[in-house]
Amino acid sequence: MRWLLLKDLQILRRSPLLVGLLVVYPVVIAVLIGLALSAGPDKPKVAFANLVPRGESEITIGGERLDAASYAGRLFESVDPIRVDSRAEAVATVRSGEALAALIVPEDATQRLQGTLNLSGGPPPTLEVIYSARDPVKRRFVQAAIESRLAAANQALSERLTRIAARYISIIARGGELSLLGQKVDVLGLQRSADVLGAVIDGLPADSPQRTALEQVRRFAQLAGDNLDVSRPILGSIGRPVAVSETVLEGRRAPLDSFAAAVAVTVSLMFVTLLLAAGMLALEREENAFGRLVRGLVSRASLLAEKIGLAALCSFAVTVVMLAGLAAFLRLDFSRAPLWLAALAAGALAFAAMGVAIGGLAREVRAASLLAFLLALPVAFLALVPAGSVADPLYDVIEVVSGAFPFKPALRALDAAINGGSLAAPLAHLAALTAAFAVLARIALRRFG
Amino acid sequence: MAATGTAAPALEAEAVTKTYGDRRALQDVSFSAAAGELIAVTGPNGAGKTTLLQILAGVLAPTGGRVSRAPRDIGWVPQEPALYRKLSVAENLRLFARLERVGDVDATVHRMLEETRLADRAGEEVGRLSGGNRQRLNIALGLLAAPPVLLLDEPSSSLDPRQRERLWAYVGGLAAGGTTVVFSTHDVAEAERYAHRLLVLADGALLFTGTPAELERAVRADSHGAGPDDFEAAFVRFLHERGH
Repeated sequence: MRWLLLKDLQILRRSPLLVGLLVVYPVVIAVLIGLALSAGPDKPKVAFANLVPRGESEITIGGERLDAASYAGRLFESVDPIRVDSRAEAVATVRSGEALAALIVPEDATQRLQGTLNLSGGPPPTLEVIYSARDPVKRRFVQAAIESRLAAANQALSERLTRIAARYISIIARGGELSLLGQKVDVLGLQRSADVLGAVIDGLPADSPQRTALEQVRRFAQLAGDNLDVSRPILGSIGRPVAVSETVLEGRRAPLDSFAAAVAVTVSLMFVTLLLAAGMLALEREENAFGRLVRGLVSRASLLAEKIGLAALCSFAVTVVMLAGLAAFLRLDFSRAPLWLAALAAGALAFAAMGVAIGGLAREVRAASLLAFLLALPVAFLALVPAGSVADPLYDVIEVVSGAFPFKPALRALDAAINGGSLAAPLAHLAALTAAFAVLARIALRRFG
Repeated sequence: MAATGTAAPALEAEAVTKTYGDRRALQDVSFSAAAGELIAVTGPNGAGKTTLLQILAGVLAPTGGRVSRAPRDIGWVPQEPALYRKLSVAENLRLFARLERVGDVDATVHRMLEETRLADRAGEEVGRLSGGNRQRLNIALGLLAAPPVLLLDEPSSSLDPRQRERLWAYVGGLAAGGTTVVFSTHDVAEAERYAHRLLVLADGALLFTGTPAELERAVRADSHGAGPDDFEAAFVRFLHERGH
């Protein structure tokens, strides 16, 4: 068997273009997938036309001045603004494809907001959003980004207004200084009013006819003061009625970067191993050597074992180097390296067994390579479908399909090896798949004769 | 000429049968070959020639019957060269010599390079060789373990006339040295010229076994003495008279 292994390594050494492609292509794909997973979506370009006249973006509430334009910054957390001067220019920018959407703040926006806050009637300000329908996926993404940012800006403004209202209520309840038309006014407050009234009542004769009426007013002032004081935290909760507490189950938090590294390495492992195993087995038949080999020189089982070993060895070496490089960049914990090696070795063997099954079924190198690609891509994509993103019955089907191929358990094993978690279950899964695909490959070899 | 007489046959096939579903590719084919005998298996296309040789070589398992020798004792030269194109001539020889577990690998490789006159091409990748040189290497691989029996499936089909002459001179030399050679061919003239004995197959059945002269005599007998002028015509008439 070792002579066959050496022969295959010799053949690979003499096919530098093939080997180069076999290594570079999956590594490029893997790195792109890793970047896409770890970097998140880029900010979409949005044309922004603020038609409110310069210097008129402030509103006044209770003597305080707020600059509404400062809340626009919230919008730009998720979009890349292209500032334009008119609605027509904004529409043209979207039409030309330079921007995916346009956001227009009308010139009366501040006036309308002031009117709403003064309870003087009239509709609230309305921002105009224009989308391009050219790419429905991008449109959906931009729409979601703008809507969520507008909601955040609305909430921030609402919280600020609520804080101001709460301060006024506090002055009415407890007393204090109020700024009104540029003048400082000292407000007595309901609680101090009750105290003043109490002192007045105490100074009246016991049979004074004014005592009962004054006592009623003092009790009202006391009651109103106490209740308004309680209303401040209630108002605070209106600004943010629901708070969110985040908890990650399963006792660990895998950083997105290191999970992306696991995905990238598993994708490379899959492509290199599948293509090598499938191609090298099919090559034995294409070179007509299979018949010569199995008539007493090498058993069919040994031939399969050699191809599995060859593909697993090569892909293991490539992905160990790749993972070590990623680990240096991502500062992964090198003390877990033995676990990485175990996960990569188990994954490589399972993919290699699947590869020889593909090679046995396809029988020709080109057909085997094509079949390997056709199987590998959907298997990888299915394994990356997150739970809850599709209907439950469909997800169950996806789980079963993913479980029948090595990608998902290999990813779980590598993720556990890198980020922590139990390795036993995915390794056992991979061992079972290795055995199952090896048996399938042995059956498929009957078609080789 | 072949060694004959009472010596034990070098190769025996007994009631060899091969079926694929309902189709019978070979039906109860039996024959024996003596040491140094050169036997041609011939017949029309689809007669079962390659199937018979593959069963004798151990590449195919028969549905029924038996072959006297184990595959390891038989040299096998398939119709399509079974070589690794990315390896050199010497590397192919060395690989198969190791797999055949021959005693002295380097000496064996050297001997085969000399015998096949490929010594000056030893380092060349097989993918760059001509069809004739590939076939010579293909035959050399079948002879690495110096087997007592050599099976050649259509060995001259990809060769030009000059290369054929060299091939048959070489094969004749092997037979003269005691190697039993069984080859398949659809070239009747080649079978007549080089074989000591013919096995004529048609539709998987063995119709005739004997020398070319015996086949011609059989045709003349069927035609009441007025036989065809040449062997090829006699062969065609032989098949025709038996419904093929």
